Amino acid sequence: MGVPRETLRELYLKMAQTRRFEETAARLFTEGKVHGTAHFCIGEEATGVGVCSALAPEDLIAQTHRGHNQAIGKGMDIRRMMAEFLGKETGYCRGRGGCMHIADASVGSLGANGIVGGGIPIAVGAAFAQNYRGQDAITVCFFGDGAANEGAFHEALNLASVWKLPILFVCVNNYYAMSTHLSLHMNIKDISVRAKSYGIPGFSLDGNDVVAVYTATLEAKKRILENGPELMVLNTYRIMGHSKSDPQTYRTRDEVEAWKKKDPLLLFRNRLVEAGEFLASDLDALDAQAARDVAEAVEYAESSPEPKVEEALQDVLA
Amino acid sequence: MREMTYAEAIREALSEEMRRDESVFFIGEDIGVYGGAFGVSKGMLAEFGPKRVRDTPISETAIVGCGVGAAMAGLRPVVEIMFSDFVAVAMDQIVNQAAKARFQFGGQFSVPLVIRTPSGSGTGAAEQHSQSLEAWFVHTPGIKVAVPSTPADAKGLLISAIRDPNPVLFLEQKLLYRTKGEVPEGDYTVPFGQAAVRREGRDVAVITYGRMVARCLEAAQAAAAEGIEAEVLDLRTLAPMDREAIIRTVKKCGRVLIVHEACRTGGVGGEIAATIADSEAFFWLDAPVRRLCGEDTPIPYNRNLEDSIVPRVPGITEEILRLARREASWPRA
Ligand SMILES: Cc1ncc(C[n+]2csc(CCOP(=O)(O)OP(=O)(O)O)c2C)c(N)n1
Ligand SMILES: [Mg+2]
Repeated sequence: MGVPRETLRELYLKMAQTRRFEETAARLFTEGKVHGTAHFCIGEEATGVGVCSALAPEDLIAQTHRGHNQAIGKGMDIRRMMAEFLGKETGYCRGRGGCMHIADASVGSLGANGIVGGGIPIAVGAAFAQNYRGQDAITVCFFGDGAANEGAFHEALNLASVWKLPILFVCVNNYYAMSTHLSLHMNIKDISVRAKSYGIPGFSLDGNDVVAVYTATLEAKKRILENGPELMVLNTYRIMGHSKSDPQTYRTRDEVEAWKKKDPLLLFRNRLVEAGEFLASDLDALDAQAARDVAEAVEYAESSPEPKVEEALQDVLA
Repeated sequence: MREMTYAEAIREALSEEMRRDESVFFIGEDIGVYGGAFGVSKGMLAEFGPKRVRDTPISETAIVGCGVGAAMAGLRPVVEIMFSDFVAVAMDQIVNQAAKARFQFGGQFSVPLVIRTPSGSGTGAAEQHSQSLEAWFVHTPGIKVAVPSTPADAKGLLISAIRDPNPVLFLEQKLLYRTKGEVPEGDYTVPFGQAAVRREGRDVAVITYGRMVARCLEAAQAAAAEGIEAEVLDLRTLAPMDREAIIRTVKKCGRVLIVHEACRTGGVGGEIAATIADSEAFFWLDAPVRRLCGEDTPIPYNRNLEDSIVPRVPGITEEILRLARREASWPRA
């Protein structure tokens, strides 16, 4: 597979953790323990995990609202993620942001965004800073297929291109912007062709193949540090509804079932076993570890204190 | 009379106007098959078809801009922005284009555009999905702002908005979507610039709008149990603002409490207070004007924090009682 065994192990574990984290989060919703909403990336784990695992600590990421995979991929602590999800003081944003606004400056995450496309220009600014300081690092900017229709996307790609900034634009194409299928919100099939308008390289690949995503990111990073921005489109699928309140009347069961057969975690597992890299029992052990990690995270979050109401006005300004 | 929800009343107003007037059409994100993020337009695609009920890409600038241009070219667009926070993405089209087109072209164009959008906190959706941004637009000459507080008003004000030759920002209160109330059948309008006295009183004038109306009524009820009669004035539209009604209620009660969910500083409450200070009502004041508003902070995710920063019934009741009993503690220099 051309990837060290230890990396394969890491990729598998992070994907399993993401899956377990979200299944658990969904359950906490049903149990009424969460106020608000959440956007799950089940089916898309290979995108965020594959990309972020290829990055160095000093590389930065701008996340989306559907980014538990991006967060875990970049090395965020799932205990503090879960605490944020439950709105606790020990959460990454002290319970102020929730999982739509999760951020961890210490691992290089500039944060998730509740405004579709809102993070794209910010990522350009972060790449500007890296370039300005002469750092050997890049910024990765995640966004969805739907976000590629915001003006912010177009302005940001153009600016990054003109200034040759070290940024990888990663479009996670799950074929839907909420209820609106790609074919109804843009008149092209391959989003990567948009790169051409801005004079930067663009390419698409199977976003459910974590090894391909990981490898493509490693290679892109090398080129980007030399030549400036690129647009990478990862084709994948969102298995769950858009958010917790989605009746999913806009797609068929058959379509969802067909994509479930391309479950990135399952594909990776089969491939690892077939290639003789791991025994099924090794992977079972990683699944069990992911389950333990998440269970511990829930325990940590549930036993954590609520933010203090008297501190509600803190941090509006420095 | 029939009861229906606030969301149903909005759907009925929009549907009736679309049946009545071919030039009315409706665009926005996920308004078709999905029926809108809050279900307001459920069933409308089936009735009106994709020519008149259209899903858009996620492109707020283009959505509002399309509305502005279509309005200038003679149609009556209703556009939905999924959460009022996202109007920020379309700010140029609203503030520099829609609000200016008539004036800057010497009155040649009308912009009969309605921007419908859900506003307010209380859903745990945090900083970027919970704001109350009305003050920005009240501060923009050339656009009207409505904030309906009941299903009947939602219908009547929306019909007025659609027939209005000017751009209207229609701030729906997301926590009211499922609340029920009596709604007249058929064609009626609630005029802009006409506040409604929701409760008569003589001791304290409570001036409010939007979802805070219900909280103020509840607080007034609680104050009544203590022998204090508060009058509750619902402004209904903030631009134009019914200044006569404000002056009238102040002259009647002599003490004023202004309540809104939006944050205090630079909020509409300041404009209401200034209206009082600027008018004959000033001479009728028995006490300084009080404001009870959202705190000057973004809306946090955690439920307790979120609840704590907007006015609540006990706090409103307490302010009413203190004002009536001259116990209020005024800020001192
Ligand atoms: C500016 C803005 N417009 C609309 C929304 C509402 N919204 C949230 S996610 C979403 C769909 C985004 O689609 P895409 O970019 O493809 O990401 P996905 O949800 O599929 O991961 C929409 C319309 C928003 N949050 N911000
Ligand atoms: Mg998408």
